[in-house]
Order: sequence, then C-alpha cells, then structure tokens
Amino acid sequence: MTLIEDEPITLATPAPVAAGGRRRRLRSRMPPWWFVAPALVVYGLVVLYPSISGMVYAFTDWSGLGGKSFNGLANFRQLAHDDAARGSVRNTVLLTVTILFVQNGVGLLLALGVHALIKSRALLRVIFFAPAVVSPVMVAFLWKYIYDPAPDAGLNGILGAVGLGSWRQDWLGDPSIALWSVAFMVIWQYAGYSMVIFLAGLEGVPPELQEAAKIDGAGTFRRFRYVTWPLLAPALTVNLMLSTIGGLKIFDQVYAATNGGPGYATETLSTIIFKQAFVYGKLGYSTAIALVLALFVAAVSLVQLYYLRRREVTA
Amino acid sequence: MRLRYGFRTFLLELVMIAAAVAFLFPVYALVAMSLKDKQQVASSPLSFPTHPTTRNYSAAWSSASLGDALLNSTVITAVSLIALVALGSFAAYFLARCQNRLGYGLYVLFLLGIILPFQLGMIPLFRFVDDLGLLGSYQGMIVFYTGIQLPFTVFLYTGFIRALPSDYANAALIDGAGHLQAFTKVVFPLLRPITGTVVILNAVFIWNDFLTPLLYLGGSSKETVPVRVFAFVGQYVSDNGLVFAGLVLAALPIIVIFLLLQRYVIKGFAGGLKG
Repeated sequence: MTLIEDEPITLATPAPVAAGGRRRRLRSRMPPWWFVAPALVVYGLVVLYPSISGMVYAFTDWSGLGGKSFNGLANFRQLAHDDAARGSVRNTVLLTVTILFVQNGVGLLLALGVHALIKSRALLRVIFFAPAVVSPVMVAFLWKYIYDPAPDAGLNGILGAVGLGSWRQDWLGDPSIALWSVAFMVIWQYAGYSMVIFLAGLEGVPPELQEAAKIDGAGTFRRFRYVTWPLLAPALTVNLMLSTIGGLKIFDQVYAATNGGPGYATETLSTIIFKQAFVYGKLGYSTAIALVLALFVAAVSLVQLYYLRRREVTA
Repeated sequence: MRLRYGFRTFLLELVMIAAAVAFLFPVYALVAMSLKDKQQVASSPLSFPTHPTTRNYSAAWSSASLGDALLNSTVITAVSLIALVALGSFAAYFLARCQNRLGYGLYVLFLLGIILPFQLGMIPLFRFVDDLGLLGSYQGMIVFYTGIQLPFTVFLYTGFIRALPSDYANAALIDGAGHLQAFTKVVFPLLRPITGTVVILNAVFIWNDFLTPLLYLGGSSKETVPVRVFAFVGQYVSDNGLVFAGLVLAALPIIVIFLLLQRYVIKGFAGGLKG
C-alpha cells in the first residue's frame, strides 16, 4: 500500500577497498556536481537567501520606504507589549492544540470505521477525504455561509428545523466562539486526510496478530490498545507533525472566513505577519513576528520528532 | 480483520453512513443554493431546489472570469511540476549517491526548508520579485513554487533512491553510458512510484495555494483560481446563489480529477508522508 515501504532494504554500494585504479573507477560512479547545482540555485534564491535576509530585517525598523537601521531588540519588545500580537500567539496555540487532538481523534475513528468490513468503505473513504483536495479559501467561504448568523440559514437553519433553536449562535461574529468555529471548519476539511494516513498504518497491521490476540481472548478494545495502537505509531508521528505545522502556520482559512475578527478574536501569527507588512507597512516588525513563528515551528517539530520517533522504536 | 458481515458490522455501517450524511451537509447547502434564484435563496435557503436554475452558473462563469483563472492555474501548476520533478530527481540522485560529508550536508540544508515557514522570507522575496519585474507574471510564480517545494520533493526522492540498488546505474555506466544517460534512461523510470507521489502532493499544494499568488498576482490578469474566487466573493458577497455557483465551478476541476484518480491520490497522500 505505501509506496516506499521497502526502505529498510538498503543495498549500499560496497566500500572501495582495492588499489588506486579500482577506487578511481568507483569514485567516477558518483553523479557529477551539476546534478544538484540547478536545484541548489533555485532553492537558495527562493528560500535560503530571503529567509536569511528576513532574519536580519527582524532587527531593523524597515518600513519599505527609505532606509532601514538596526534597532536591536525593539521589535521583540514591541511584540511583548502588543495585545493583538500576544492574542495571536494565544489563538495560534489554541487552534493548533484543538486541531491536533480533534482532527486526529476523528481521523482515527473514521479510519477504524472505514477499515472494517462495511460495504460502503470505498465510497466513504472518498467522501471523507474529498475536502482535503479543495482550496482552503473556498472551504472557508462555504463555511462562512454555514455559520451565517441569520436564523434560517446554514447551521442555524438546521438547528431550528430539529427543534434546537435555542442553540443558534452568531458562529463567526461572537468573539467567544469564533475561534472554535474556525477550528471546526479546519477539522471538517482535514479529518479525512488524517484518516487516510491512519488507514495506511492500519493496512500494515498483520491480520495474524489480530487473530492471535482474539484466540487468546482479547476483546475489541484490548486488541486495539495492545496490538493495533502500538503499530500505528509511525502514522501517528506523521499525523501529529502535519497538523502541528499546519496549525501553527494557518492563514488562508482565517483570512477568508474572519480576517482575524471580530476584534482580534481569531487573529493568528500568520494573519498578523501579513497585516503588519501589507496593511501597516511595518516590514521590520512583521519579519520579527515571522522569526518568532519560525522558531516556534522549528522547536515544536524537533521536539515532537524526537519523542514520537523514540516511541516508534519501543513499539 | 476477518469479521463476518454480522449485526455489529451492519450497525457500524449505519453509523458510518449517518456520519457521512452529516459530513456532506455543507456540500448539499452549497449545491442547493447555487441552483436557486435570489428569491428562493432568501425565502428557503436550505430546501431542496425543486425549480433548479442554471442562471447563477452562467453569470458566475463570466463575472468571475473563471476560464482565465483556470488557464493560469493550469499553466503555473503544470510547468512548476515539470521543474520540480526534473530538478528534484536530479538533485536527490546526487544526494543519495554522494555518501560523504558534502552529500549529507547538502541533504540537511534542503531538509531545513521543510521546517522554515515561508513567512520568514516572504517580504524580502516579494521585494526581490518586484525588483526583477516579475510580479504579475507566470515566471515569478513558477520559480517560487519550484524553490519552495524543492525541499519536500528532494526529501521524498532521496528516501526512495537510497532504498534503490545502485547496480542498475552501475551496469549502464560500465556499458559505456554517461551519467546523464544512466540517470534518464535507467534510474528515472524506476522512480515512477515516487514521481507519482511527488506530482500529486505538489499539484494539490500549488493549485490551492493562496497567499503568495494573492501577493504576486492579485489584480493582474494572471490570477489563479483561489485568488480569483477570493476577489469574486468579495465583490458579490450579498448574492449567495451566485457566489456558490462560482465556488462549485471553481472546485469542480480538482474534484473531478480527484474522483478519476482517487486511488492514486489517496495512495500518494498516505504513502508519500511515510518519511
């Protein structure tokens, strides 16, 4: 099922041992440098050079017009006192943690359901995964209607129709729930993506193990807990990494659905970075926030990778 | 699982189908409203469209200039994919076969790009592209996507090539082929499974990407589908039927391609990420 699962069978070329002539021939088996050069040039121009410039600009008062001068840690001090920016850190973390748990929880349940011998499994798999291939901006516009505050529209309309009219909300307009509404929309779009990765993991669980545990008298839950779950560790690693990085960088859905509002209720690091640069023209400050985001993403993904990979080894 | 299709499986089937129906409600609302005129949308937005009209669709198609946007997205996605497969596979072949400090160092340098959020270089790169006069052009976007997606592409290709025996290429070299020939004629065809994954994952990312095309192409004639839809929705925000017809039309191409290739797409998403 997985495309590169033969990875461990690495047939490394034998180390060169013999005399000079033979070593020269082996060395010439290495591809020439120009195989890597074009990729390196494009990568350097598009990613490395601008990122390094960004790290430098983060310590300047650059506004895009005229010159820029270094102002030390002033941008970071401003960040510590900027309510909108501090709120965006909080919102980003809340969104990420919510998406991390709920999206992967739902994805796992869907995967277990679709993995069973039900007749509609192939169709359900396609249905649940489909939103993941659509542009997040378009999904956000669709959900903007579902969250329409009018009593007979979207979700409120459904609630009214089933007699739960008192549950109606201004889903995106009420600052106390707007962030959760955004999270729900993201989870709706990407739960199927988590499902697909868990499914690939489930397909790698040998049926003999399930069978053996069953004969030994293990019930459904114990079979899952002690046979399936440990073997899902690699799929879990991939899913947690993907949803963490996706959550920390989230921009499109928020920008299209709420543009950070109401007030600053759904502002995230990425929307603040965008606004500081392209609305207020504070390019130095904007890149300083971007540097904070970069450190965030790097730290969290390295720590996660370390812990989850270790878990995989013991599993 | 060797379960018979017993009562419990039947119950599970019902639960899963109910979940799918609830899951699809937003899609039903989208399609139902796109088929109604303004009056019906206002009076009964969620009812089944008993008198469907396609007027919204023809109006959305022309007022959103979706034809142009689809062409722009297709050109940018296709050319970027060709560049990514070409540059990525050559580079990965070098990195996988160059098993010394240089090869390892360069590999780590590429991997760094997976973690770096692009916002860090967003503004310097924007100025750079502006200085080169490439804002509002296909070239600017294509070079951007090639660069930004190379780390992930190189990562996928390198993992795959490392697991591939080098005997095939060595045999070709002994038979007198050059490195270019050995790679293109012998190795590259063996990379087909991972090339499929690379193409699918990058295609979905590039086709749906929003922020960069908004910055580089916004307001120009080269706008991609998500940017065009964003502008269109902003313009007709009060006309839900029209907006939804536009959304359906804009999402249709990728949905159709997904349904046609669903086995490969799902495999690509599931398999490519097992790094």
